[in-house]
Amino acid sequence: MNKNNSIFESRAQGNLKKRHRVSKIWRSSFFLSTTIGIFSLVILLFSIINQAFGYVIVENNVDPASLSSMPLQSLEREELISILQENVSKNRFKTIQRDNPVEELKRSELVGLVTSEIIKPTTLKSYFLIPSLTNKAEIIRTQQDEFPNAVVQFRSWISPSFLTDPLSTNPDTTGIRTALLGSLWIIVVTVIIAFPIGIGAAIYLEEYSSNNWLSRIIKTNIDNLAGIPSIVYGLLGLAIFVRGLNLITSGAFIGIDQSNGRTILSAALTMSLLILPLIIINAQEAIRAVPSSLRQASYGLGATRLQTIWYHVLPAAMPGILTGTILAVSRAIGETAPLILVGASSFINKDPSGLFSNFTVLPIQIYNWTTRPQAEFRNVAAASILVLLIVLLTLNTAAILLRNHFSKNKAA
Amino acid sequence: MQIAQNPLVNKLRKKPRIGENLIQAVLLICGIISVLTTIGIVFELGKESLLFFTMPGVTLKGFLTGTSWQPAIGEFGILPLLTSTLITTFFAMLIALPLGLGAAIFLSEYASPKARKTLKPALEVLAGIPTVVYGYFALTVMTPFLRLLFGSDTVQIYNMLSAGLVMGIMILPLVSSMSEDALHAVPRSLREAAFGLGATRFETAVKVVVPAALSGIIAAFIIGISRAVGETMIVAIAAGSGSAFTFNPLNAAETMTGYIARISGGDVAYDTPEYNSIFAIGMFLFLITLALNLVSRRIAARFREVYE
Amino acid sequence: MTENKNQPIITVKDLSIFYKTFRAVKNVDLEIFENKITAIIGPSGCGKSTVLRSFNRMNDFIPGASIQGNILFHDKNIYDEDVDPVQVRRMIGMVFQKPNPFPKSIYENIAWGAKMNGFSGNMDDLVEKTLQDAALWDEVKDELNKNALSLSGGQQQRLCIARALAVKPEIILMDEPCSALDPIATLKIEDLMRELSHNYSIIIVTHNMQQAARASDMTAFFTMDEDRAGVMVEYGLTTQIFTNPKNKQTEDYITGRFG
Ligand SMILES: Nc1ncnc2c1ncn2[C@@H]1O[C@H](COP(=O)(O)OP(=O)(O)OP(=O)(O)O)[C@@H](O)[C@H]1O
Ligand SMILES: [Mg+2]
Repeated sequence: MNKNNSIFESRAQGNLKKRHRVSKIWRSSFFLSTTIGIFSLVILLFSIINQAFGYVIVENNVDPASLSSMPLQSLEREELISILQENVSKNRFKTIQRDNPVEELKRSELVGLVTSEIIKPTTLKSYFLIPSLTNKAEIIRTQQDEFPNAVVQFRSWISPSFLTDPLSTNPDTTGIRTALLGSLWIIVVTVIIAFPIGIGAAIYLEEYSSNNWLSRIIKTNIDNLAGIPSIVYGLLGLAIFVRGLNLITSGAFIGIDQSNGRTILSAALTMSLLILPLIIINAQEAIRAVPSSLRQASYGLGATRLQTIWYHVLPAAMPGILTGTILAVSRAIGETAPLILVGASSFINKDPSGLFSNFTVLPIQIYNWTTRPQAEFRNVAAASILVLLIVLLTLNTAAILLRNHFSKNKAA
Repeated sequence: MQIAQNPLVNKLRKKPRIGENLIQAVLLICGIISVLTTIGIVFELGKESLLFFTMPGVTLKGFLTGTSWQPAIGEFGILPLLTSTLITTFFAMLIALPLGLGAAIFLSEYASPKARKTLKPALEVLAGIPTVVYGYFALTVMTPFLRLLFGSDTVQIYNMLSAGLVMGIMILPLVSSMSEDALHAVPRSLREAAFGLGATRFETAVKVVVPAALSGIIAAFIIGISRAVGETMIVAIAAGSGSAFTFNPLNAAETMTGYIARISGGDVAYDTPEYNSIFAIGMFLFLITLALNLVSRRIAARFREVYE
Repeated sequence: MTENKNQPIITVKDLSIFYKTFRAVKNVDLEIFENKITAIIGPSGCGKSTVLRSFNRMNDFIPGASIQGNILFHDKNIYDEDVDPVQVRRMIGMVFQKPNPFPKSIYENIAWGAKMNGFSGNMDDLVEKTLQDAALWDEVKDELNKNALSLSGGQQQRLCIARALAVKPEIILMDEPCSALDPIATLKIEDLMRELSHNYSIIIVTHNMQQAARASDMTAFFTMDEDRAGVMVEYGLTTQIFTNPKNKQTEDYITGRFG
């Protein structure tokens, strides 16, 4: 009996050891699963930064040194204008004057103009950040062997002028202002449309009709809408806003001469439908989190439903609603597929000026540039992605700060 | 008793509150807009699909069983687009399901509160990155990596494997956070009971907690699949354009969403076969994802019933 | 004042209250008299809160809640079709178990309800008057703009009473207003109720036997029937109920022999 027992014990112990080993192995594999996601994030960010900075081999049409003995950046406005006048044809100068009167331009803009009109740098080859840092000698050798007339420069593809210059078909001179403004227009209009409707729907669902058949239908419907692929919203936008309501979305009904409905308005309407379920679901949660004692206090004083909602429920729910809206907005900023369908694809370098402008947005440009064969467009795409991610990061940080700020206030 | 009607009683009378009723009506309309959206989707997709299927030479049977999708020459078999959608989805799930579940188990069963606090937001960041960025990542990082790994002769520049794997990374946080919620909902007492019987942490997690949360986890998986099927930008960028009926994941083949994006990106003229076809495919996509979402919701509801 | 005894301000006739199909209260007949403090006592779950809420139609907000029978307020059934529940609540105010001031300043807490009800006089005076009536003025007069949530529990509850007073109701319903308070704060509220009863009729639900005995004029004792429906067992002058209960159940309960 005793003997048996000890055998049993040692076996159990061996077993136990094995069990613990297995447990440990699995623990590491679970940990690995978690870190693979984070590792991918790091690789992703790294690869984007890797492609947004690096050496380029550039050939200038005109040597800047031949224009002035001093670097362009240190010249006065008048000197830059006279360089411009002397080096471009009369007609070209007229065109430039018509588009952007040079007298009104800032010095940095003039430098940009001289660069793009006269010096006309062409990137012959671009390098990623890592080879740039580790292999500079090799790059210079390549330049000397293959492109004797060119120079090697370190370029940050993301730069102030990248943000402020309009789109162009040349990766060396293109900026993203047109796309940034397009994104901004669409987001602002989308929020103006979706925010009130979303809150309205959430209020209706939470405060007016907790459980009748209509609200059940609406709730189920919203849940399902939230799971529909965004490209389907694009199809809806194309069929209804761009095509069906062409008269309105093109601005023709108020006499705007605009041949199609592929406008900011159509895009914003489509985006509104897309983020509406998100806003509603978030707002519902925020409203539900308002303690019922607050409502009772208000009703107990003889307030009507609307007064209770307006003066007590909404103010208490607002931080949550805003946080949810910011998150929905950051989703909209990154959305690409539906906007391809409502027509943000053709090349545009004119800033959007209103609801009925044609447009492009940042993610669409990233898509276009990514799918171009020239390597330089990849660099531009990487720089644009950096801008996009910084915008999103800012928004998300704002949302988190907002949430923390108010939850702290509530605790106090 | 007949003391002339107390004036207070008159005050109790109902007064019309037109403003209140009006606003209630407006709020109701706000809610109904979402229903109209669904109706709009079903109606428009349905209408255009109908136009598509009544085109000469297009039949539902041909659509569902044809192995060639060449609108230019009137061949409308969805199988090439469908198989490529399924293949990219398969690889996405190959990444997202095990890793997502693993991460969920780690976060919910192993991680210290402090570790959780740093790891979870990092995964959430991953979920907040726009899909076009993942597309870029697939094309400029994953594909070169795969070509390095398997040789650039066997791996095409555009290929389903790269798109699928990156899509998996994109969906991972969704699966992990939904699964983690499910694991979290399992009552502590169940874990304590298992520990009390001498189970290791791993045995508790895998033999007790995961089975208890299984329906919640399955719901997460199905939502993940639905996301992968509907994902557009990654496949549009990295899986290739132009349909191809192939089962080799190293080849380029356009998916359903990729086709819609490409056709609509090129200023397609209204009422052409191409134009109508993107709606027919959209309808197909809508039905698939709707079905997946409904199934997932049903399963999740049953899960909640048990624990809430 | 005693003539009022013949003039009930609220008359409950054969009242039953349902939550969906569950009958929480059945066949209650009760008369509440003007400028008196009426206490409702009884074991937990016997429907005291349910009855109290039905007096100003706060049950309307509970999905599935419905009533049978009549509740007459000045001879008018407040559940009649043509009665506006909002008006009912303006005339029959309520103070809740847990103090629930609005997350606003003390001043706004009081001013809001009055404004809602179309008060057009001098708001500062009203705030001062009601705070004085609620015996809170001396403690807060220098910090009227302070957030109400920073007050102590007892102060918060008195603020809630002041807030109810500012709407100028005829009746104030209180559902265990002291259960979240310490004994000193409780005594303050009891004194306050006594003060207020000169101008208001007060109905208070309480678990505290001494409180009912100390503070009320009339007492209604509720208990639960076999079907878990609440019933009113006995109703009368507080002195009579506590010294000479007619019903055995009442006696058991007030002497603490109740299960
Ligand atoms: N909102 C509700 N929905 C359904 N049933 C309810 C609701 N509120 C109360 N009840 C039920 O009605 C009965 C009476 O409840 P009520 O809260 O009125 O009792 P009470 O006498 O106030 O008890 P306590 O002394 O614990 O406050 C109880 O059986 C309770 O479960
Ligand atoms: Mg109660």
